[in-house]
Amino acid sequence: MLIFVLRRLGVMALTALVLTFVVFYLTNLPPNLEKLARSEGSVRMTDESVAAWIEQNGHGGSVFGRYAQWLGVVPGWTYTDEKAVTRGRCIAQGDDPALAATYCGVFQGYWGQSTVFKQPVLSELGGKLAATGWLMLAVMLVMVPVSLVIGVLAGMREGSRTDRVLSTFSIASTATPEYVSGVILVALLASPMTGLSPLLNQWGVIEGKILFQGTATSAMDDITFWNFTLPVMTIALYGIGYIARMTRASMTEVMTQQYIRTARLKGVRFRDVVMKHALRNALIAPFTVIMLQFPWLLNGVVVAETLFNYKGFGWTLVTAAGNNDIEMLLGCSVVAVFVVLVTQLISDIGYVFLNPRIRLS
Amino acid sequence: MTTWDPSQPILEIENLSISFFTRLREIPAVMDFSAKVMAGESMGLVGESGCGKSTVALAVMRDLGKNGRIVAGSIKFKGRDLVTMDDEDLRQIRGSEIAMIYQEPMASLNPAMKIGAQLAEVPMIHQNMAKDEAWALARQIVTDVRLPDPDRILNAYPHQLSGGQQQRIVIAMALMSKPALLILDEPTTALDVTVEAGIVDLVKALGEKYGTSMLFISHNLGLIMDVCDRLCVMYSGEAVETGDVVQVFDKMRHPYTQALFRSIPLPGADKNARPLISIPGNFPLPHERPEGCNFGPRCDYFEAGRCNAGAILMDAIPGDDRHASRCLKWKEIDWNAPPAARIAKPKSPIGKVVLKMEELKKYYALSSGAFGGGAKKVVKANETLSFEAREGETLAIVGESGCGKSTFAKVLMGLETATSGSIMLFDENIQSTPIQKRNIDTVSSVQMVFQNPFDTLNPSMTVGRQVIRALEVFRYGTSDQAREDRMLELLDLVKLPRAFADRMPRQLSGGQKQRVGIARAFAGGAKVVVADEPVSALDVSVQAAVTDLLMDIQRENKTTLLFISHDLSIVRYLSDRVLVMYLGHVVETGTTDQVFQPPYHPYTEALLSAVPIADTKVIRKRIVLEGDIPSAVNPPPGCPFQTRCRWKSQVPGGLCDREMPPMRTLEGGHQIKCHLSADVLAGMEPVIKSAAE
Amino acid sequence: MPDMLSWPMIIGLIIKQFWPVWAALAVTFVASIRFKRRLGLYGKLFDSPVGMMGFAIVMFWVFTAFFAPMIQTLDPLAQFGNAKNPLPGAPTPEGSPYGWFLLGGDHLARDVFSRMVAGARQVLIIAPAATTFAFLVGITLGLPAGYFGGKLDTGLSFAANLVLAFPVILLFYLLVTPEIRNTGIPVYLAAVLFIFPVIFFAVLLNGRYRTNPPRRNLYVGVTLVFGLWAYSGLAFNMDPLGVWGMEPNLLNVFVSVVFVNAPTVFRIVRGIVMDIKSRDYVAAGQTRGETPSYIMMWEILPNARGPLIVDFCLRIGYTTILLGTLGFFGLGVSPESPDWGSTINAGRKILSMVPHPAVVPALALMSLVLGLNLLADGLREESLKD
Repeated sequence: MLIFVLRRLGVMALTALVLTFVVFYLTNLPPNLEKLARSEGSVRMTDESVAAWIEQNGHGGSVFGRYAQWLGVVPGWTYTDEKAVTRGRCIAQGDDPALAATYCGVFQGYWGQSTVFKQPVLSELGGKLAATGWLMLAVMLVMVPVSLVIGVLAGMREGSRTDRVLSTFSIASTATPEYVSGVILVALLASPMTGLSPLLNQWGVIEGKILFQGTATSAMDDITFWNFTLPVMTIALYGIGYIARMTRASMTEVMTQQYIRTARLKGVRFRDVVMKHALRNALIAPFTVIMLQFPWLLNGVVVAETLFNYKGFGWTLVTAAGNNDIEMLLGCSVVAVFVVLVTQLISDIGYVFLNPRIRLS
Repeated sequence: MTTWDPSQPILEIENLSISFFTRLREIPAVMDFSAKVMAGESMGLVGESGCGKSTVALAVMRDLGKNGRIVAGSIKFKGRDLVTMDDEDLRQIRGSEIAMIYQEPMASLNPAMKIGAQLAEVPMIHQNMAKDEAWALARQIVTDVRLPDPDRILNAYPHQLSGGQQQRIVIAMALMSKPALLILDEPTTALDVTVEAGIVDLVKALGEKYGTSMLFISHNLGLIMDVCDRLCVMYSGEAVETGDVVQVFDKMRHPYTQALFRSIPLPGADKNARPLISIPGNFPLPHERPEGCNFGPRCDYFEAGRCNAGAILMDAIPGDDRHASRCLKWKEIDWNAPPAARIAKPKSPIGKVVLKMEELKKYYALSSGAFGGGAKKVVKANETLSFEAREGETLAIVGESGCGKSTFAKVLMGLETATSGSIMLFDENIQSTPIQKRNIDTVSSVQMVFQNPFDTLNPSMTVGRQVIRALEVFRYGTSDQAREDRMLELLDLVKLPRAFADRMPRQLSGGQKQRVGIARAFAGGAKVVVADEPVSALDVSVQAAVTDLLMDIQRENKTTLLFISHDLSIVRYLSDRVLVMYLGHVVETGTTDQVFQPPYHPYTEALLSAVPIADTKVIRKRIVLEGDIPSAVNPPPGCPFQTRCRWKSQVPGGLCDREMPPMRTLEGGHQIKCHLSADVLAGMEPVIKSAAE
Repeated sequence: MPDMLSWPMIIGLIIKQFWPVWAALAVTFVASIRFKRRLGLYGKLFDSPVGMMGFAIVMFWVFTAFFAPMIQTLDPLAQFGNAKNPLPGAPTPEGSPYGWFLLGGDHLARDVFSRMVAGARQVLIIAPAATTFAFLVGITLGLPAGYFGGKLDTGLSFAANLVLAFPVILLFYLLVTPEIRNTGIPVYLAAVLFIFPVIFFAVLLNGRYRTNPPRRNLYVGVTLVFGLWAYSGLAFNMDPLGVWGMEPNLLNVFVSVVFVNAPTVFRIVRGIVMDIKSRDYVAAGQTRGETPSYIMMWEILPNARGPLIVDFCLRIGYTTILLGTLGFFGLGVSPESPDWGSTINAGRKILSMVPHPAVVPALALMSLVLGLNLLADGLREESLKD
């Protein structure tokens, strides 16, 4: 078991290195750097001065060297200009170059400076991640129980009417990506002109003009049912369908197993057959799926945060990408890759833990 | 509960008809089935696959699934009709009054629940027993089914037990609330023969101990004879003959029963002098059953206008104990007449040595632990395997699972290379030549017939195309036309209609697929054919036909046949020489007569005794081996068989624990790998005796 | 000047506008149901209500794409008048080729209905094509990985997991940008990804006709000439005859979508191959000395077709969603393009005031994906039976 975890961790570390390098390479392509030079320096710079700016701000040299600096395994760049002012990766504005650290990278906890937010990446990202964390938590709390219940109810009697209805619902919800469900939900529930809100208002069911709020900006300070429902629903809807289908497939498969027949012919009540005999075996597959849903959830988060203007991780990612904020984008990628890899690890370990056949052999 | 008179039948099935409903049509699975099981009696249901025997069992449990329905008749259990019983009453009967044991023990145990919990559940549901008490009872029953170390087993998960142990647990589960009726659906089919023997003994003993009635379902007539008092032979959804086991076996009164007995290899059958007689034709599909007698089209005594005139009822045979036959002509048929179709065939001469193996070894490196890493372990799949096979000879390789017979086949075929030793094919050493490097001649002269008929043909290619492909690969002929013609000839050779060339494999029956597999193997004029359990997955009546076909082709082509099997009856029937393997070692080798007569290797002796024989005139000594076959990954020290050997005490000084016995040659080239002294070996008694002697 | 249309009239006119689609659907269904017993798995689809419904929705959009020029009422790219976001049923200005904005207009007064119909054409060309390429890449790599195992499998699986560990959005933001087009990375990716179909067909034919060299040379030769010709055009835009070619930004989108989908296909194929390779007919192939490529292509792949066809349907839906995502983030083919994702993106800013410009393409996209999912479900159910 220990060897297994160590080996997994090794593969994870390698994956993380390769992935961050790819991101580093793609964000530091020459056209991006030129764009950066023009936005940081001046728009009217000549090509020569752009090249000089790139050279003098530590973006010259081989991409491997720069990547190593970013990681913090080689000394950060320094540049002394004609006025004998030394600038460098590890030298903050106005600090004495002599006192600055030699190494400053991700390993040292320095993630760079965001050009859009004018803040250190790490602190900026921390706040945004917290906001997204609440969103994710709410999504998980809605998505996991609902989808498991739907899946188990549909799968326990394959072909029954309950199954047909619930399966159709799950298929429909997996066919609705976040940007579609978001648009429809807003049009239906959060528009003063169309959908349910005008009707409800007319009937006097709701006080305000709209049932739910179409933006979640205010949820940054104060999460309420009113402003948080739509983004959560938007993200959860797709996942509910997906996990419910997985659970149903797994449940129907388990229900046809011989040991379920054994239990039934032992005289076990149908309810107990489902709860005691089928459920545990049926949940092994969905568990892995839920964990592997995280990368996709990340997608949903980005879409929903953009659509509802909720300034979390996804919104930051989009802003950084749209404004060529290289260090921020790198930071976002590290977080994303980390989340994906950790969930994969949890999914693997959980699978082993849930499945006695593997655990003990 | 109503009072029930113990002199009345415990289970009484009357005119039961069961159908499955698909989108297209109603498929009758069982028609007009009647049977009675008295208290303490055990009833066997026997028939080929698809005859409806398992459906009857499931109907008794009222567990026919969504599509199955009882369309007529009644099933009375202790006088109460199960067909009309409501779900709650039914639930109380299941598991407490009627219990069931299934074919695949691994699949019928819940992988995520401890054995103890699965056992204790039964009395907790039905007798409202407290958890502690239930576990205590479980512990006692586990001891009853003769499992060692019950505490460990109760806390184990199913996958931690071997197949034999799992089946004992399933039996224990069925016995937890001392049911009045036990239904066993092919309970030993998935097990090795020596393990099967132990289970059969156990079932019989427990049945007697608790006075349980049994409904025993099997395709194996020999097994039915070992276990049951009465039997019911089924064919295509109907009971065709029923009665006392001995009466039916000795005095069968239905042509199907007779044909069935003539197609199984009993002692005395011989491939040349007294070949088996297969049943012509095919099992009718449920929606294509003929009018009148279902067996009519395949029956030797068929009389048009009479047998196919209308429904035929069971007719009691006077003078016998509840013996009945569903045949109109049973009074007219001369049941003692020898079969007309039996034609003795010439014995094919045995020629020069074709294949020679010397000191062949095959080791595998295995990484231990489920997650990789850790120390490498070596599995010795084959240890010093030496033998010769001659032209036109049938050499049988016998052994149970894990004995290394399949590895040996892979090495011979070149799918794997041997660790050491040599394989000489004619005069060429092919031991270390993998198949890609062998030339076309070598490849086409060593071919294989596979075990599973449902797996042997590519499901998405026509039959003809698959045979033609083999011809193409072996560079037969110069034009597509030549290969096409040859393919049709090959279909003729395996006695399949030429129209089959355009069929897809799923349109063929198991036996037909196996014939195509044989045609494909002989496409390049194979000199050596390895047949890996070629008939074990087929029904008995088809087995005979396929075996016969193999023998005919062998006679014609002087092929050397290496016949891998675990079934000693068929081995005795068709082989010239036998090689018995256990855990990678050859433990005994010799001519068929030498191996089947004493002196035996102790393992051969047990194996012979374990095989059930469907003949009331044969007396078999019961030798039941303790425990299971050890894992090849972790073989015992010394003699591989020492853990289960009943002769071990006859060898002084614990030699068996320490040393691998040498291969000893007895008279006539008969070889045995055993420490037993010559005296002891000479004093062994035959396992199988004819009652007349 | 005509009046505002009421909803029943709008629906009536839309139904009328789709008449070529209804006709084509009717012909397809009548013919298929009549001959369903002879049409294999496709025929069995008509036994399952779910599958039939899915098939009907998918074919609705396929025919819509096919007959788009006949169905659309107005030019999808042209502006009609200067009223912003005209409501559904509003009349078009004097002199327009059609009297009304059936489903309203967008902020540039372009007809939403016509844009939706034209968008169907865009989506139904790119999504199936990209999915097909992803399948050919995934199959070509998944077969040997599953069949041989060992180091090759470890390496390829690691690479596949790398791609899968990337959040899709991030990957798109990195891969689909105007800057990256200048560096030539999409072309390199295309050069790698587009060679796989050529390899696939060459190996396929070589395995089959290995025993007959003249015929083999002919077939493989033709495949190579034709394949490399298309390859030069699609990947490098250097087709000497100018038949094959792709817009740089379309190529960028296309390559990224293939790149994201291929690893999943790879994993599915690898899993199926590991299962099938233990079958006896594979061993029979090996014992008669077949080459691994023949066994993979002709013994294993045809028997993996069931799950692959099902996944193909699902994956077209998924690709449609991905393309929509790209459009939603403004990374689409071109800002003018009527494809559904971009239209949703354009309409979402004013969503709570005027929903129709975004809701119409959103519903269209949803129904297509739903149809594909239902179709896949029906196929899976039917292929599992008997």
